[in-house]
Amino acid sequence: MSKDSPAAPIAVVLPEAGAAPHGLGAPVPSAEARAKSEGTFPYASDLWAEGLLWAAVLRSPHPRARIVSIDTAHAREMPGVRAVITHEDVPGRGTYGRSGDRPVFASGEVRHHGEPIAAVAADHPDTARMAAAAITVEYEVGEPVTDPEKTFAAEPLHPDGNVIRHIPLRHGDPDAAGETVVEGLYRIGRQDPAPIGAEAGLAVPRPDGGVELYTASTDPHRDRRLAAACYGLDEDLVKVVVTGVPGATADREDPGFQLPLGLLALRTGCPVKLTATREESFLGHAHRHPTLLRYRHHADAEGKLVKVEAQILLDSGAYADTSSDALAAAVSFACGPYVVPHAFIEGWAVRTNNPPSGHVRGEGALQVCAAYEAQMDKLARKLGLDPAELRMRNVLATGDELPTGQTVTCPAPVAELLTAVREIPLPPLPKDSPETEWLLPGGPEGAGEPGAVRRGVGYGLGMVHMLGAEGTDEVSTATVKVQDGVATVLCAAVETGQGFATLARQIVQEVLGVDEVHVAPVDTDQPPAGPGCRGRHTWVSGGAVERAAKMVRTQLLQPLAHKFGMSTELLQINDGRITSYDGVLSTTVTEALDGKELWATAQCRPHPTEPLDESGQGDAFVGLTFCAIRAVVDVDIELGSVRVVELAVAQDVGRILNPAQLMARIEAGVTQGVGAALTENLRTPRGLVRHPDLTGYALPTALDAPEIRIVKLVEERDVVAPFGAKAVSAVPVVTAPAAIASAVRTATGRPVNRLPIRPQAAVVAGAS
Amino acid sequence: MKLPATLDEAVAALAAVPAAVPVAGGTDLMASVNAGQLRPAALVGLGRISEIRSWQYLDGHALLGAGLTHARMGRPDFAALIPGLAAAARAAGPPQIRNAGTLGGNIASAAPTGDSLPVLAALEATLIIAGPGGARREVPVSHLLAGMEMLGPGELIGFVRVPLLHAPQVFLKATGRTGPGRATASVGLVLDPARRSVRCAVGAVAPMPLRPLEAEQWVASLIDWENGRALVPEALRGFGEYVAAACIPDPEPAPDGTVSEHPPAVLHLRRTVAALARRALGRALS
Repeated sequence: MSKDSPAAPIAVVLPEAGAAPHGLGAPVPSAEARAKSEGTFPYASDLWAEGLLWAAVLRSPHPRARIVSIDTAHAREMPGVRAVITHEDVPGRGTYGRSGDRPVFASGEVRHHGEPIAAVAADHPDTARMAAAAITVEYEVGEPVTDPEKTFAAEPLHPDGNVIRHIPLRHGDPDAAGETVVEGLYRIGRQDPAPIGAEAGLAVPRPDGGVELYTASTDPHRDRRLAAACYGLDEDLVKVVVTGVPGATADREDPGFQLPLGLLALRTGCPVKLTATREESFLGHAHRHPTLLRYRHHADAEGKLVKVEAQILLDSGAYADTSSDALAAAVSFACGPYVVPHAFIEGWAVRTNNPPSGHVRGEGALQVCAAYEAQMDKLARKLGLDPAELRMRNVLATGDELPTGQTVTCPAPVAELLTAVREIPLPPLPKDSPETEWLLPGGPEGAGEPGAVRRGVGYGLGMVHMLGAEGTDEVSTATVKVQDGVATVLCAAVETGQGFATLARQIVQEVLGVDEVHVAPVDTDQPPAGPGCRGRHTWVSGGAVERAAKMVRTQLLQPLAHKFGMSTELLQINDGRITSYDGVLSTTVTEALDGKELWATAQCRPHPTEPLDESGQGDAFVGLTFCAIRAVVDVDIELGSVRVVELAVAQDVGRILNPAQLMARIEAGVTQGVGAALTENLRTPRGLVRHPDLTGYALPTALDAPEIRIVKLVEERDVVAPFGAKAVSAVPVVTAPAAIASAVRTATGRPVNRLPIRPQAAVVAGAS
Repeated sequence: MKLPATLDEAVAALAAVPAAVPVAGGTDLMASVNAGQLRPAALVGLGRISEIRSWQYLDGHALLGAGLTHARMGRPDFAALIPGLAAAARAAGPPQIRNAGTLGGNIASAAPTGDSLPVLAALEATLIIAGPGGARREVPVSHLLAGMEMLGPGELIGFVRVPLLHAPQVFLKATGRTGPGRATASVGLVLDPARRSVRCAVGAVAPMPLRPLEAEQWVASLIDWENGRALVPEALRGFGEYVAAACIPDPEPAPDGTVSEHPPAVLHLRRTVAALARRALGRALS
């Protein structure tokens, strides 16, 4: 957030001591913020149990190979080694994943670099690692299929086949044509969620033959289901307890080590702990889908879009994971937040021997956003129109139809967002500010030279859907308890840093008027709340908390209302005091409770959606949210180094529930988008993950993050959402890379068809 | 545990346990140890040896302790003395790394991307190596980096002898990002007005810094040393191209006589080196 941006509509006033803000709309700071910044917050890697053993996982060094034999004898004989397990030691189901296509341990075949093959438990982490290295695996190395375009013709890499999903979306008249046609081919790289805290977990065996898993899971109930199936146990014998989550912008945990952890605990009868190294972390968890996109846009002479044709190829890696969802989003949002009467989008998610792709914020939507916005720039250039003006002529609004045939019923203030970022004044040029304040591309001690720097301005409009799509049963359950004037929320929605726990406190404060609200730790003894992604916890879990709180409120007020012969609506609770509308009655919550405990449990389940049909049509999404970003970049046109100077963001948020957290989420999202635009790409030549460390994989630092100017937050309540609030985290991630690429295009005149933008793509020939 | 307080104590400790590994800032070494790639039998800590954590003057040269941290070298008093090395030190990594990482460590780990190395090569610095029994020998830094001479058992880099040139020096690096990062290419360039020479070394494009000697001599002969070190702008550009072509030569023709072009990434690297060398010389002469 800019220190001195007069245009920022919201001032975050941090609370002074004694005057803690509360309730909805207040900038309540996260309860964990202090502990996290001071380093005292307990994360999964801090777990400890008496007599614990350490686990290590042996992973495949090859992207594709047949396993001829696995010899664990040496490893077993090593002193200190307590158990060595392979696929033969899985008592239950040996596979997992949405379509059950992924083995817990590879058996017979390995399909990607880093696939787990065996696991070891030993009395010291080094012993465990050495024992894992002492397992002899004989491989018959095969030729990996790493080019998603070649996988169609390749022999099946998996019994389930190489095409995971194909959506041929057809909408409108295939023969429609525009006067102006632009084409492009775009490639999007492999972004890794790279959580700062690597995966860690502890499994503790129970005397009843069950096991407890302590992990930083973001969906404990799904993980319990997977674990129970794998261990061949009833679900009630497996408990997942969620520990502190050190960063989650994707499905956080890698079942590839969570599942072995419990197996080892059951096998040895001892607690078993594993802390993944950075390398294992990069090898284990899912990445963003690398994508190849081919587009053709037709427009009339005024620049109105007539038809969009596209082919979208998602590299899913070796296993399906959530590729089907990513493809649905990519195909459905392939035209972006624009009105396109005729759309023909063919999408495939295919299997390769690359590391598996999965859920990362803005999956599918980010890739197409970069491509359709590049097309809009191309079209503007061809028509001689201002890029922002061309966009303005085509923007989507409430009541328009998506290419999936779904009518947009929620607020879609796209025009308002674009106008907001267009109208804000541009940041000053370096030449207008003192030399000491210059930060040129290449950084403060870099090689940047003012004479070679060109400034560019670009626009991006992005959209994502909220909640699971295509008929996913999105439901969450929450319980609210009040005792002695203190409220407690029990809900299995995991606080991943997205601010759910703070929001839950605010909701209960708002509804029940009590100040002190605790949010209980999450485990699978609570009813399921589902995964923390696509803004679902603000919506469904927040909705469930609100309903439960309202039920408690009714229980609390009913006896009083009855006693005074008035309805509960005429009573209000503020700061722990219950007063009637006329002020006659006044008592405290504690007195009204009279030593009783009040409990209520409620569910929130949004209206159902339907799967996309065989031509990609259907009401697949519960809600949509939009964002406009104007990027200003400086490019050193000789070295091709890019510095993002400023990103002006306008976003459709429905309703601001907590301005402090909301702006932090937008800034975090935009910064992740900057990474996707400029530096983040996990390279896997010939299927092998190169540089799986934070030196080789460059996450944005404070110096890379631009000035983020939140110029407008449009509060048009979404009537179907609880509180009218929309999800805020994903859409800035989706939009920022497209806006940055657009700005680099203006600065250099180069096409910029690839993300992340490589320096050689931002060099202007003959510049020197 | 006792940490050696003098260079000779450290050398003795290394000689006593031949498998021991010396550790100064530990920014490279400890990362390898933590990653399980290196399991030294013993470590000899160099952090308490005060004689190598400062510098002194010695007949026209500066004798730099190998234990000087990048943070220390980046400060203005050091920059007044050896501006090129100070610039490289400031460009190396984030502050946490600069606070710990040392000059000697940068030389000993000899990573191709080591930021101080091209400057030391351009300065034609000499290493003073301490050996068992109080022995001292001198080795040009380029010999060690090229593997022509190695550190023997029980030997430590004690000091780095650098000429004081009293003329502009420049270090430039390209990283592809705004935040701290490893160099994709770097250039250290120093002027030596007494010898009327320009010395330049290119880092990160090869396992060791490369010296384009012909380009240096060519451009030095064009500089008007008497007259404010003037140089025509075309010569600046020519110097950049010359340096780049020397460091990244054209591909050898195939046996059948066909000449293939470098892949785009290599061509970009070459352009980067040319731009860096041109800018470095331009800044040194301005």
